[in-house]
Amino acid sequence: MLTVKALLLLLLILCALAVSFTRDLLSAAVIFSAYSLIMATVWQQLKAPDIALAEAAIGAGITSLLFIATIARTRRYEE
Amino acid sequence: MNDLILKEVARFLFPFIELYGFYIVFHGHLSPGGGFAGGVVCGAGFILYTLAHGHKALYSLLPRHIWTFCESAGLAFFIFLGLVGIFVGREFLANSSAGFPLGRTGELFSSGLVFLLNLAIGLKVASTVTTLFLNLEEED
Repeated sequence: MLTVKALLLLLLILCALAVSFTRDLLSAAVIFSAYSLIMATVWQQLKAPDIALAEAAIGAGITSLLFIATIARTRRYEE
Repeated sequence: MNDLILKEVARFLFPFIELYGFYIVFHGHLSPGGGFAGGVVCGAGFILYTLAHGHKALYSLLPRHIWTFCESAGLAFFIFLGLVGIFVGREFLANSSAGFPLGRTGELFSSGLVFLLNLAIGLKVASTVTTLFLNLEEED
């Protein structure tokens, strides 16, 4: 179980770093959605199922949809 | 966006997502979740329907003025439920001290006011999330 938790935290850090280093904003939005999904699993492991449910619904669902809708109206690549 | 697979999958998944959202809202006082998380799940279902079929299809399902009405009605319902406590001479949002029956532990229609408060928050959050996306979608 400890291995799974360590793997989740490692993936979380990797995703967080990847979001800030990606130039393609659409990829960044998708990686951010993956970050939220991993974060929801971590919340569940920390025995906070209420927060996990909110994180999965808002972070992985609504936020990425709003980001993608915004990218569709503006530029896709960072200058 | 005009994709047959997306349209059919959205048409198939839409009622199940709404059902799950309503389940989270109605069982907010018994299990994890509540008005906010359930409302967001319901709103995500409506957004999926809008993405697949366009906002005109959503407006033929529920017209524009009903969405704005739901936004105000959820908030007004919440404030009204809070004021009931003041009308009977207790504090704002008073529950058992204002005379609401608490029921038994684990029962769906228990815990007095909290069930109705979750319903009000769910209505407000679901309509707000959907109009937030519709405002972005409608601009062109």
